Amino acid sequence: MVKTAIKRIYTFLIFLFLYSPIIVLIVFSFNSSKSRAHWTGFTFKWYVEMFKDQQIMTSLYYTITIALTASIIATIIGTIAAIGIHSMKKMPKAIMTNMTYLPVLNPDIVTGISLMILFILVKLPRGFFSMLLAHITFNLPYVILSVMPKLKQLDNQVYDAALDLGATPGYAFIKVVLPQIAPGIFTGFLLAMTMSIDDFVISFFTTGPGVSNLAITIYSMARKGVSPKINALLSLMFAGVILMLLVINNRMSRDNGRRGENVI
Amino acid sequence: MKKRLLAYPYGLWIVIFTIIPLALIIFYSVFTTDATGIHFTLQHFKRVFEPIYLSVFLRSIKIAAVSTIVCLLLGYPMAMILAEKNLSKKSILVVLFVIPMWMNFLARTYAWMTLLEKNGLIATALGFFGVRLPSLLYTENAVILGMVYNFLPFMVLPIYSVLVKIDKAVLEAAEDLGAPPITVFKRVIFPLSLPGVSSGIIMVFMPALTTFVISRLLGGAHFTLIGNLIEQQFLTTRDWGFGAALSVVLMLMIMFSMSIALRYEKENEGGGLW
Repeated sequence: MVKTAIKRIYTFLIFLFLYSPIIVLIVFSFNSSKSRAHWTGFTFKWYVEMFKDQQIMTSLYYTITIALTASIIATIIGTIAAIGIHSMKKMPKAIMTNMTYLPVLNPDIVTGISLMILFILVKLPRGFFSMLLAHITFNLPYVILSVMPKLKQLDNQVYDAALDLGATPGYAFIKVVLPQIAPGIFTGFLLAMTMSIDDFVISFFTTGPGVSNLAITIYSMARKGVSPKINALLSLMFAGVILMLLVINNRMSRDNGRRGENVI
Repeated sequence: MKKRLLAYPYGLWIVIFTIIPLALIIFYSVFTTDATGIHFTLQHFKRVFEPIYLSVFLRSIKIAAVSTIVCLLLGYPMAMILAEKNLSKKSILVVLFVIPMWMNFLARTYAWMTLLEKNGLIATALGFFGVRLPSLLYTENAVILGMVYNFLPFMVLPIYSVLVKIDKAVLEAAEDLGAPPITVFKRVIFPLSLPGVSSGIIMVFMPALTTFVISRLLGGAHFTLIGNLIEQQFLTTRDWGFGAALSVVLMLMIMFSMSIALRYEKENEGGGLW
């Protein structure tokens, strides 16, 4: 009994530690004054005013467009590449896989700076496009590493059977291979989106004046105090994520009775 | 059509956006360019080993190591608790554990500033009980706290995923043979969880060693870690050569620490290089 109590308390304390900044953030999004430490009264006004804030809306726009575009492009290139790598011989396959790990293992700051140097040297103006290229680059490994295991599980004979039965390679791919690797592609896409939306370091080094995502905006505000409008926006986004998780979770538990673990 | 040709566009992408940029960093670390052309030099690396910079390295390693140890000590019991729950409760807890990561990491770190600052929530709460603490924000401990906070899930999840895979029959066998719980943990559970522990250590130590954001926000403007030093070289002093040399040393350190940790990793998928 004592043991379970200790475990409960421990779990509670760890969760308190993990959630306290988030609670602070959400609570202060309803605070009527701009103070980040003193509670002065309840208000919804930041949730209205954030939509009128040019800086916040532009950075939200850049965060979403870059995350969406980069993860879609990375998912397409990455899936195609995974299929290619999968059918390679042992040696080139090992080389490609190791090269894929490179951006994952390399420190963010080095990836960001090395790309910045590249963009400066080829005189590519830094801004939306350079940031997009950088995001595709760090998203690609996550897609490939999610699709590869699915390809490994694939039974090649089913594909061959489809060809024997007269399907063209393209038709067989769409009807046989694609549905089987789709969960991997979807996981890769979601991972890429998450990494992209949350990224600060690489964006910070590869963007230019006037183009900043939410993370960069928060960083630049941090010194003089982040506006409660940002709190409001992040609370909304957080609520959105939780809602999405609940929906996915529900659907999955309906589909196969196993819950939760598949989502992450 | 040969299927493996499909990998070539991606291969080209890696060469342009990963290999060449890294080669550029190495190039800038050992070559200087002036009016007379390009010269080979080791002056940048010599500077890295000057006492002031060496102390930055030592401090970064110390803080990253402390954060990693704290994460391990806090995270291992948490992973065990998560792993022993029954299936439905377990998945809910794991999801709850991961959810905070979906809130922007800068915003969460910023929220810690609110909690830690001089008239912040923690100081107010403690003051209520008559405890007066010296400033919490802009200290080394605040930086360590920020790192533990941000990277704890990276320690818990790999350990958890190894622990859930342990065959319960093995534990029962150990108990049947008369091993007390401590021995079961020491001789069975812990050794079996080592792959998870080693990847957890890598996943915490690496970002902790290279971050410049946590130290800037929670440590203040004068709190310098390797990451801050590198950032300064490229964005403030514009000394690319020295910044590149620092980056190369940082990469070597990461590779070195990873090669040590990976010795314990049994399921090494991607081939020998890493």
